[in-house]
Amino acid sequence: MFEVVAFYLFAALTIVMFVITVMSKNALYAMSSLAAGMIFISAFFFLLDADFLGVVQIIVYSGAVMALYAFAMMFMDTTKEVKENNPPKRIVFFLSGMIALLLVLILLTPIISDKVKALYPMSDEIGNTEAVGIVLFTKYLVPFEVAAIMLLVAMIAGIILASKRMDESITLKIDQEIEQKGAE
Amino acid sequence: METAFIIETIVKILVVLGLFSALAGFATYVERKVLAFMQRRLGPMHVGPYGILQVLADGIKLFTKEDFIPQGAVRPIFMIAPVITAATAFIAMAAIPMFPEFTIGGYTVRPIISDMNVGLLFVLGVMGIGLYGPLLAGMASGNKWSLLGAARTAIQFLSYEVVTGLSVLAPVMIVGSLSLIDFNNYQAGGVGEWLVWKQPIAFILFLIAGFAETNRTPFDLLEHEAEVISGYATEYSGMRWGLFFIGEYANMFTIGFLASLIFLGGFNDLWFIPGAIAILLKVFFFIFLFIWARASWPHVRPDQLMWLCWKVLMPIAVVNVVITGIVMMFF
Repeated sequence: MFEVVAFYLFAALTIVMFVITVMSKNALYAMSSLAAGMIFISAFFFLLDADFLGVVQIIVYSGAVMALYAFAMMFMDTTKEVKENNPPKRIVFFLSGMIALLLVLILLTPIISDKVKALYPMSDEIGNTEAVGIVLFTKYLVPFEVAAIMLLVAMIAGIILASKRMDESITLKIDQEIEQKGAE
Repeated sequence: METAFIIETIVKILVVLGLFSALAGFATYVERKVLAFMQRRLGPMHVGPYGILQVLADGIKLFTKEDFIPQGAVRPIFMIAPVITAATAFIAMAAIPMFPEFTIGGYTVRPIISDMNVGLLFVLGVMGIGLYGPLLAGMASGNKWSLLGAARTAIQFLSYEVVTGLSVLAPVMIVGSLSLIDFNNYQAGGVGEWLVWKQPIAFILFLIAGFAETNRTPFDLLEHEAEVISGYATEYSGMRWGLFFIGEYANMFTIGFLASLIFLGGFNDLWFIPGAIAILLKVFFFIFLFIWARASWPHVRPDQLMWLCWKVLMPIAVVNVVITGIVMMFF
């Protein structure tokens, strides 16, 4: 009974939050509802007894959306409405509707057909953290390592791009020097 | 069985909420007193004997003050931001085993609201969301000081999170579980078994990150009075302002419980002291440490915080994890 109530509650909350994310013209509303939606999604993982993935969802997305906020803070006045220029296009609505329908159908297959089975079903002997680890380090070891190397490449590139002038401290410099730099 | 479980959970939730709201209020009194004695002042003295009723007076003031929302603010977000801080602080406590099991009238009570097998990650993750409160408050206030506070929240969050995660990783590797109860049971053998002896570096890193997580001095950049007025809380008054501080003090207790459970033997019996009292002593030691640090250390600048977290603490934490792994592999 509790599972059903919790599922419908969080389903409704998630959908409402993401609708606000898409529809709102205020950047602050959009991002806050995005963060809230991401955190509400973790409830489904908890309902499915995938505690580890639920917590990872919370930790990863709360950090990621925080970085988005930082960008929004730098680029726009988040208390004002953003002027958007996107007239409704039929093709966009049609395609996004079709994709949504397709996703729903894909997720419905286990209910419709009995032939779809979980490749790595949960067992009671090992906890779900261990189960994720076992699959990640045996079957999916190569994709896992490739993802790690890609992240490393991205990190090094980011550091090099950002640190071109890192040896000079802006805060400790006297105003005159900064003005000189500005004039150049 | 089902009904008993529901009633038990609700009672536990109410006890945690009530107890820690009251403790948060009391901690403000303790903080003012300890700070005062460290600075050779008397602190609150007028309300009640030794100013002990100051908490009550402050509570009445906070509850009866006008709930003021500035015109330029984004109303819904401005209103919900303090609730996020307070709510997440209490939600995080749901996965903390506070005391050993005890029996009342033949009914065994486990003093943990939800015993999940990823308790440690859950507590840290939910506490992390708590910083959304200051962030949203600062961005919704329509005030430049608040916005600066929000910007500092973002950099603080992105800085300390890595250190917290990596510093607890080494103890997690040793214990082989993310459940706080397993951490406690691992250290059941007495003081010699405490994880702090095996992981002293991780312990210190976790404490430093804990100061940043609860935005206490020396890392209270978010509401640095001398620089950004009151930071994210500039436009807040009354109970909404109070909720931020209930959240902050509740987070202090959470960090105290976490540090005691992970590194200092949790609620195991300590010599002749029963477990429940032992963990309370440890938690209050950490609360005292928070206040002590506030009395002794100046604030740091935001760039110093980022420098410290990314260039000093994170490499140390990574080296600590690698060394722990090598030692576990060969010994």
